[in-house]
Amino acid sequence: MATILINGGRIIDPSQGLDQVGDLWISRGRILPMGGGFDDAEVVIDARGMIVCPGLIDIHVHLREPGNEEDETIATGAAAALAGGVTSVACMPNTIPAIDTQAAAEFILLQAQRARQANVFPVGAVSKGRQGAELAELGQLVAGGAVAFTDDGAPVASADLMRRALQYSRMFDRVIMQHCQVPELTVGGVMNEGIESMRLGLGGMPAAAEDIMVARDIRLAEITGGRIHIQHISTARSVELVREGKRRGVRVTAEACPHHFSLTDENLRTFDSNFKMNPPLRTWSDVEAVIGGLKDNTIEFIATDHAPHAREKKMREIDQAPFGIVGLETLVPITAKALIESGHLTWPEAIAKMSCNPAVLLGLVDKGTLRGGADADVTIIDPETRWTIDPAEFRSKSKNTPFGGWEVNARAHTVIVGGEVRYTRGGIVQHAGASVPA
Amino acid sequence: MKNLGEHRISDGPAVERMLAAMAGELARTRRAEVALRLVGVRTRGVPLAVRLAGEIERLTGEPVGVGALEITLYRDDLALSPAWPVLRGTEIPFDIERADVVLVDDVLFTGRTIRAALNAVCDLGRPASVRLAVLVDRGHRELPIQADVVGLAIETGREDHVRVRLRPIDPADEIVTVVRNDLTDHPATEARPAP
Amino acid sequence: MTATNHAETAAAVWTRKHLLGLEELSAEEITAILDTAESFAEVSTRSRKKVPALQGRIVFNLFFENSTRTRTSFSLAAKRLSADTQDFTASASSLSKGESFIDTARNIEAMGADILVIRHPTPGTPHLLSQHVDCAIINAGDGAHEHPTQALLDLMTIRRARGKIEGLSVCLLGDIAHSRVARSNIHALKKLGAHVILCGPPTLVPRGWERFGCEVVHQLDEVLPRCDVMNVLRIQFERQQRGLFPSVSEYSQFYMMTKDRIRLGKPDLLLLAPGPINRGVELTPEVADGPNSAILDQVANGLAIRMAVLYLLSGRIEAGSRHRD
Repeated sequence: MATILINGGRIIDPSQGLDQVGDLWISRGRILPMGGGFDDAEVVIDARGMIVCPGLIDIHVHLREPGNEEDETIATGAAAALAGGVTSVACMPNTIPAIDTQAAAEFILLQAQRARQANVFPVGAVSKGRQGAELAELGQLVAGGAVAFTDDGAPVASADLMRRALQYSRMFDRVIMQHCQVPELTVGGVMNEGIESMRLGLGGMPAAAEDIMVARDIRLAEITGGRIHIQHISTARSVELVREGKRRGVRVTAEACPHHFSLTDENLRTFDSNFKMNPPLRTWSDVEAVIGGLKDNTIEFIATDHAPHAREKKMREIDQAPFGIVGLETLVPITAKALIESGHLTWPEAIAKMSCNPAVLLGLVDKGTLRGGADADVTIIDPETRWTIDPAEFRSKSKNTPFGGWEVNARAHTVIVGGEVRYTRGGIVQHAGASVPA
Repeated sequence: MKNLGEHRISDGPAVERMLAAMAGELARTRRAEVALRLVGVRTRGVPLAVRLAGEIERLTGEPVGVGALEITLYRDDLALSPAWPVLRGTEIPFDIERADVVLVDDVLFTGRTIRAALNAVCDLGRPASVRLAVLVDRGHRELPIQADVVGLAIETGREDHVRVRLRPIDPADEIVTVVRNDLTDHPATEARPAP
Repeated sequence: MTATNHAETAAAVWTRKHLLGLEELSAEEITAILDTAESFAEVSTRSRKKVPALQGRIVFNLFFENSTRTRTSFSLAAKRLSADTQDFTASASSLSKGESFIDTARNIEAMGADILVIRHPTPGTPHLLSQHVDCAIINAGDGAHEHPTQALLDLMTIRRARGKIEGLSVCLLGDIAHSRVARSNIHALKKLGAHVILCGPPTLVPRGWERFGCEVVHQLDEVLPRCDVMNVLRIQFERQQRGLFPSVSEYSQFYMMTKDRIRLGKPDLLLLAPGPINRGVELTPEVADGPNSAILDQVANGLAIRMAVLYLLSGRIEAGSRHRD
């Protein structure tokens, strides 16, 4: 494995409170301690003007394999991750069949190994077949490599089952991730319930459907001592509930998706199904509350909910089209545009939410950090390169994005996984024989 | 009101004299037992019909019905026009059956407008007869149509424009010609040419 | 007012390729359609009720939802303009075989359609289609979103009866939440200066409608004396099955227009119903057929409105410029 020198970048590692211009050395798949290095490198990366940070970790993606390979495969999804600057993804278990057994989890790891793109960590189902009735074999899932549990897409509707899951998962100190939504309040729903759904005559999904389950699950986590993680938080009230739960010492965490802090339900006026997601786009006051939660660290994670759907599925009538958008390849530019360039977060704060915090959540001890000896998963971001998002260029098999045509500034430039340069936009990587710049 | 490049052929008094002569002829040829109905083709055929009818009534002492005909829906060049005209509506406040109908228009040119007007009138009923009265006949017919009563016949170039202005929708009566190259944009007073 | 007067005041010239909804139209554009419709109302009074304006054009009725009345009205309107018409109903189509509605529309366009009249149970479908085909599109009802020609014929009926729309109090009665007729009426009536009152049980007229500038009332008898126009919307019985009101008989008790309720209103209260009406649910038969009812005028005006819309949109189809395979 090559010795790599990343030269002159702005090194940001929130896990060590680091933000300085300097050199980063990688050898044998590991990060060398800061200040360490050799006389010569086999690969030299000129990172001047760029951000060098721990590889980004997206804790919420759908890779569709097995079952819906027409939308995405583990290989294409993991390649899309790299193109977006993401070195590790946690994939949701709503495949066909669901990832609810050890064998299913091991299949994911095997396919990811074959693909040799980004690292892939399976998230196991909470219930057998994601049916919401009986607990899945959580212990065996952990043995198969599951890093967390969720029935994502289908909320765990039964309070009793959620309580058992929170209790039982304490055995493994794994988090339960919940898509919070009271199902009976969102029957026939297409978009956020409010003035826009009234205007368009589309079925509404009230914010209260999310709020009620967030409140319930925080309370259940409180009485069980389990870890509840609120997926794709989207409402002002839910942010407040998480904030208040944390204040009480409940083991609750929350993630936000870029579309939930950059778009609103007004976008649905185009009837474009690329604005149809679940949870739905909410109102401006919800967007502001989500940003507020990101700022005060009530929301410690930014995740994409990368949900690929083949064109023919998404090109249906809006009530027939499936929920969800691809997100891996727009994570960095949209986060930068909506949060950093607008002054809400600094780069170190945003990187913490996309790298260090996810590693801690999933128990990935050698990831999400640039300290010496850590896995050499590194993302190099060009923060100032004006470009236009073009879905046709996506590596993801699916192109269902609402951000096509957006003018953005930040972009993942070069991505190193396990000490290998697995993705680069070119121009800055020099191989063997190149001398180290003074 | 006079535009650059316009050449006035007839002024107000001249137009009055033409109207009087046309009304006289229509009054003379009126059939005693048959209703006489004037139908103006929108836009300037309408004030023309109204004024002719007033004059005929003065001469004969008998009422003459006046209607307005919207021929847009019958135009053969409709499909070619980029934006379709605002419809002003057909208003025929009398029964056209068995009446002597006189179609009235300001300028007779290719004859296509009158072809459309004939179709439009015949869709309203079956008149006893249809005649045509125009203020100006400028030639260049593309269809076998001739006027029965003409105020003024003039020779024009194929590309020239003939404009008629009539009270009360214009400030004064006059007939002008515009040589093609001097044409200024003044569609409201343009005679209805074929495409 | 005569047709001439309407036309003279119609400052707006129609420039749109499609009629997708009334929310996006200006007051001037709505008035232009109403004025044009007056010209076509005259055509319908002739012994020969047909003009050659749309000769050679093909109007396709693309209906993904049953509606004999609207489809018939559009067909007849197209025929009176001398267009060729063709009906296409989803049940008889390949849609059940998995063909997307966009593919279906493209196929129909390839057959030479100039105008697609589309009815679909999903909001926004005509809008989506307008991005994928070249022909002009008329929304003949998209789910609970809009039904522009229905609202236009309601407005035409009001204007013909009252000579104006501005300043009138117009009540829309019944299931507002699920009604495309209500939405199109609200947009158009507000733009033309009417006071719009929405009346029905809170499950069918939920909170939030005030934000469209409407007055929301749940007690019909309270608001009735103030109304100039009562537009009675159809109740779909499946709403009762979803528990939005306890029973049809309870609904009728509170909201059915009866002879007694007509007495509560102004003597010249104008009664509209988009139909098909459920006699004995929204209206009693004597009220439906009574002197306040303009239901049959609405049907006649619907024809004139649809002729006007077909005419105005045809004017925007550039001759010979469209791509055809």
